[in-house]
Amino acid sequence: MTTSDDPVRRYEARIAELEARLRRMEQFVGSGQMPEGVEAVASRPARRSGQGYRLGIDVGGTFTDLMLIDERSGKTYVAKVSSTPKDSSIGVLNGIEKICREAGVDPAEINHVMHGTTVATNTVLTGSGALVGLVTTRGYRQVLQIARSYVPGGLGGWVIYNKTDPLAPLELTVEAHERIGADGTVVEPLDERRMREDLKALKEGGIEALTVSLFNSYANGAHERKIRDIAADVLPGVPVSISSEVMPEMYEYERTETTVVNSYIRPVVSNYVENLQAELDRRMSGVHLQILRSDGGLSSSQAAKSAPVNLLMSGPAGGVSGAIWIAKQSGYENLLTFDMGGTSTDVALIESGVAQKRRETRVADVTVRAPSIDVRTVGAGGGSIAYVPELTKALRVGPQSAGADPGPAAYMRGGEEPTVTDANIVLGYLPGAARLGGDMAMDDSLAAKAVQKVADALGLPLKRAAEGIYNIVNENMFGALRLVSVEQGYDPRNFALIAFGGAGPLHANALARLMGSWPVIVPPGPGVLCASGDATTKLRDEASRTLVVRFEATSNGEIAAALDELAGQAAQSLEREGLGRGDQTVEYEIDLRYSGQGTALSVTMSPEEFRQEGLEGVGRRFDALHEQMFTFNLDQPHELVNLRAVVQGRETMVSAREMESGTGDPARAVTAETTVYVDGQDRQAKIYARDRLMAGDRVPGPAIVTEMDATTLILPDHYAEVDRVGSLLIRPVN
Amino acid sequence: MPAKIIQTNPKPFERVEVEPITLDLIENALRNARTEMDAVLFRTAMSPGIREQHDAFPMIANSAGKMVVGQFGSFIWGFTEGYDGDIEEGDIFLTNDPYSCNGAVSHLNDWLTMKPIFRDGRLVAWGAMFGHLTDVGGRVPGSLPTDAHMIYEEGIQIPPVKIYRRGEVNQEVLNLCLRNTRTEEWNRSDFNAIVAALRLAERRVHEICDRFGDDMFYSAMEDMLDRNYQAMKAIIHMVIPESQNKFYFEDYIDDDGIGMGPYKVACSLWREGDVAIFDFEGTDPQSVSSVNFLLNEEMFKMFLGAFTINLFDPQILFNDGFYPLVEVRIPKGTILKPVRPAALSCRTHMLGRIFDIMGGLLGQGAPDALNAAGFSDSPHFMYSGYNKDGEWYQLYQIGFGGIPGRPVGDGPDGHSLWPAFMNVPNEFLEAYFPLRIVTYETIPDSGGAGLHRGGNGVSLGYQFLEPGEISIHDDRWLTYPWGVNGGQPGGRSTKLMVRKDGSKEHLPSKCDKVKVEPGDTLYFNTWGGGGWGDPLKRDAWKVAQDAKRGLVSREGAFRYGVVLRDDLTVDEGETKRLRERMAGERGEIGMFDRGGTVEELKARCKAETHLDPPSAPVFQKWMRRDAAVAAE
Repeated sequence: MTTSDDPVRRYEARIAELEARLRRMEQFVGSGQMPEGVEAVASRPARRSGQGYRLGIDVGGTFTDLMLIDERSGKTYVAKVSSTPKDSSIGVLNGIEKICREAGVDPAEINHVMHGTTVATNTVLTGSGALVGLVTTRGYRQVLQIARSYVPGGLGGWVIYNKTDPLAPLELTVEAHERIGADGTVVEPLDERRMREDLKALKEGGIEALTVSLFNSYANGAHERKIRDIAADVLPGVPVSISSEVMPEMYEYERTETTVVNSYIRPVVSNYVENLQAELDRRMSGVHLQILRSDGGLSSSQAAKSAPVNLLMSGPAGGVSGAIWIAKQSGYENLLTFDMGGTSTDVALIESGVAQKRRETRVADVTVRAPSIDVRTVGAGGGSIAYVPELTKALRVGPQSAGADPGPAAYMRGGEEPTVTDANIVLGYLPGAARLGGDMAMDDSLAAKAVQKVADALGLPLKRAAEGIYNIVNENMFGALRLVSVEQGYDPRNFALIAFGGAGPLHANALARLMGSWPVIVPPGPGVLCASGDATTKLRDEASRTLVVRFEATSNGEIAAALDELAGQAAQSLEREGLGRGDQTVEYEIDLRYSGQGTALSVTMSPEEFRQEGLEGVGRRFDALHEQMFTFNLDQPHELVNLRAVVQGRETMVSAREMESGTGDPARAVTAETTVYVDGQDRQAKIYARDRLMAGDRVPGPAIVTEMDATTLILPDHYAEVDRVGSLLIRPVN
Repeated sequence: MPAKIIQTNPKPFERVEVEPITLDLIENALRNARTEMDAVLFRTAMSPGIREQHDAFPMIANSAGKMVVGQFGSFIWGFTEGYDGDIEEGDIFLTNDPYSCNGAVSHLNDWLTMKPIFRDGRLVAWGAMFGHLTDVGGRVPGSLPTDAHMIYEEGIQIPPVKIYRRGEVNQEVLNLCLRNTRTEEWNRSDFNAIVAALRLAERRVHEICDRFGDDMFYSAMEDMLDRNYQAMKAIIHMVIPESQNKFYFEDYIDDDGIGMGPYKVACSLWREGDVAIFDFEGTDPQSVSSVNFLLNEEMFKMFLGAFTINLFDPQILFNDGFYPLVEVRIPKGTILKPVRPAALSCRTHMLGRIFDIMGGLLGQGAPDALNAAGFSDSPHFMYSGYNKDGEWYQLYQIGFGGIPGRPVGDGPDGHSLWPAFMNVPNEFLEAYFPLRIVTYETIPDSGGAGLHRGGNGVSLGYQFLEPGEISIHDDRWLTYPWGVNGGQPGGRSTKLMVRKDGSKEHLPSKCDKVKVEPGDTLYFNTWGGGGWGDPLKRDAWKVAQDAKRGLVSREGAFRYGVVLRDDLTVDEGETKRLRERMAGERGEIGMFDRGGTVEELKARCKAETHLDPPSAPVFQKWMRRDAAVAAE
């Protein structure tokens, strides 16, 4: 019997896996193969000419990757050190020492540090956030308890559904005596005296952060601000998040949940950012630390501390940004990203070099309304367990995962269940000869023994069963990629598939065959990919407000003024980061729908376009978008929902390092021969070492290309070409 | 006369061997297709019922009309049996007439569309979808008159019609249908959204055929049905032991909206070999009012499958394959098999109650599967009128309540028993309707006490800002959501109107055309779930925690034998003494606790509910079962 605790267990497994990988890395470090100790560097006054170095840092569970860019020449340097999860700033500083030493650059010459972090996500996943108190409007104390009344699963799903408790405990939720109307008018003034008493009670309860989320506050946040002032007095030192600032949009549950999550992760994120900033300041005075947001933009460290809810997908956003950057070097701007790890897989769609965004972010059971790159996660990865239920004799893969402990059967840690990794081993896609990179020892026979269980249950030969597992997982990935492409009106055949993550390059060729997405791009070094994303992304901020009004009830002038005001707000935060208005670009995002319709679509326009075309242009773009997504339009009036101004810094043109050209013949890189099982038969394949391949090489399939932290499978009748930046481009022979 | 399927290619599909892996691939692909159908529909529909509350259900069936993926089982077979005409490539069929499709949809608000999917001139599959439209005309806004006596009062009846003929929409018929509704634009949009979802299903089916071959796709669907048959065979053996004794259970809906009730549904269950038999002999005759529920036998089988499969392997893609393993006997002329033109619009209560019946029956044979009675309904609230700008507004909203205590744990508070349903955000209501929602919280102690507590019902306070009329459809105001294995019943529903001048009215559970004025407030209180297991064994700290959360009151804690101090911490000594005393005083713990017999409940009715007890139902002669049987 399965229970709804499974997602929780899955994420626990994920954390355990990260920790185990880290322990392995620490042993690795201890063996002396990794970077030596850190030397102290005397700091000196920094030059703030704007022409120096910028540094991208990605902190992963295992490695911390860095990329340093010389803003004058566009030249780049990369480095990799082991991560230090207890205090990841130590790993970061180690990395900075290393990369500066290798590049011969004085740390003081670094002006900007851009950082993608998983600290916000991990706080949610591990449940290690603050004890949050909540203030709602009278009558709405249980807004998180009732949520949207939704029970997952199909018909009869309620039989096994157990709901998790809200992040702001109900016993620490109090009601404000006040009321704002839907039009923003004050229906009942705030009872401040009573509020003060109730906040004192929350103080007794020991809250570490406070959320104020009042009904209809998206239309008028005055009462929320008043309560914040009272809280400053009653609860000094307790950070207060108010919903009209964190997310001034309609829907009380979503707004409250979002603001509560903000409070929940705020102390941890603040601490982390402050420590890091302090450490950086000691070495590079005046350096600007910027944090990558879920939507792929950069935020100032100040904004990151006050609105950390925007950082929940900071990690994956770095990968996507890096994918955009590296693929552009190879000449591709329409991409499907495919990041397959141990327990889950992230996919996203990029059109013309811009990632699709969504207005919500999901982490485990938590969904918040914060903009993020539209990354869809499938609960399947290398550690997913394959099984055959007695009742149906169907082959299923996941969502249960072997996690890090015991891990795949082949890892020799007592795992007996067959995982996707075990299937890959049986199929010969992860040959022993390919595992020279220092990864842990594996026993292929244990993988075979585990997969045999599935083979017996299905009545199939071993390798056939293994290929079944491989294909089922690919089908699940295919489903996720469809959601970001076909369902949004995009034909995957017009997109290249860029694969990263430990297992992505093993499955990408097969997946592209299903989708017709060519070429498959396997960039060099998956970790560096994220760091390069951090380093090359643009400073970004946005300001938004809900304004539900039909076109006929407003005017171009009124909307232009509102958008202009929002742009001003967003621009200020970039100015504080030292970016003048002349270096900023502004875009308007206007959410609208047909009056009475539910979901709004977002239309993007420049201020010039809006000046010239006004609401008519907005309506025209909306109709075209609606037609693309849904195949029909309606004869209904248009209605605005949200207005947003997005302000960005200019793009930094940075090129990837070019690779030396070879002769086209990759024979020099062959390390061994092996057998792979593809499409029902054994095939002889060559194994290539990635670091010995050169630009222009053409690797014929079937083949396996190995590097330190990833293995690429090239199928028969396909070939991989090494391009000038070192990416493998896989295409069918015909 | 059954429908004639026009296939330009006479070659039958060939049943080929499908490797297990290929089968799983096709199954996953179909599962994904269904998810996509939902996504397209929810994004483009316009009525809050479909868009926000997700009251719509997609399906993909094989060429014989058997559901391969979906929720509620197939209705294609019932349709093709009843449709006198051709079925051709490019057609889309529309109906909302329960009597023309043997109850595949069970009231006129549900519009059912079906699209045959052809490949190279051969029918290979069906895509279908039904959704609840806000209004289909008839006597009252929302088209669900509580006191209708005939189906003609409930809106436009659309017998199966070819709304698309070979790809061309029959605009005139569509206009005719839409013209007869109060929410023409919403319905047009919802209809478009449904068609968009069907087209998506068609594209997906073609893609799967392109990938695997037509015969392979055809055969895989057959295999999926077979696979389900085998799985359900094992499940039925597990949950229904073969025995000399039949399991018997009965439950009620409380009234019919015109002062009579309760109406009894009786069902016996036993197994003969592989086949489970559900016999509704003993069920009351059909009502003269609109609470009849035309129960499709196959849909009942699907309920059974959904209910049991979730207990064993929720990942199983359940489908129609197991239907031969279940036999459902529903006597004609009963409230579950009414004779036309019986009114049907308010069938929602009986539809929900079917789940309680099923739980009560199966639980006797498989105690692990025994849940308490839950929120077996989707009560409706409707509010309509002209606002100050002279524009017509019309709200149709579903209420939520307490999930019962179950073997796996406490029932969630204020949730849904139906798949995919979500509540409408109150800020949305206030932005679009002349309403102020003054309270939205669960009702303390309305969840039945138990080792696993039943979920609380919800109190939703609607303050009206414009003059208008409201309708209420609810139930379980008289009979209790029963508890099991020592668990106590959940709290019943109430409807309290507080007029602007402060006077109070206890409104009946079912009523229409109640006038409201600005400043009046209706408290729409739903019911809680029954408790599961002995409340005296629940951890006392959990009871205290619920009290601190406002979910259980200090007095309510006594039901658990828990004594709380002023600061809501547990008084261990007093609790121990109280629990011992309560354990000694109570008798044998029965399997079900209904809070009293129907007679007892009726006797206490006025005092407890402020409402008169319903009178015993009177059945019209022509509606009597023997008359119906004789008429055949």
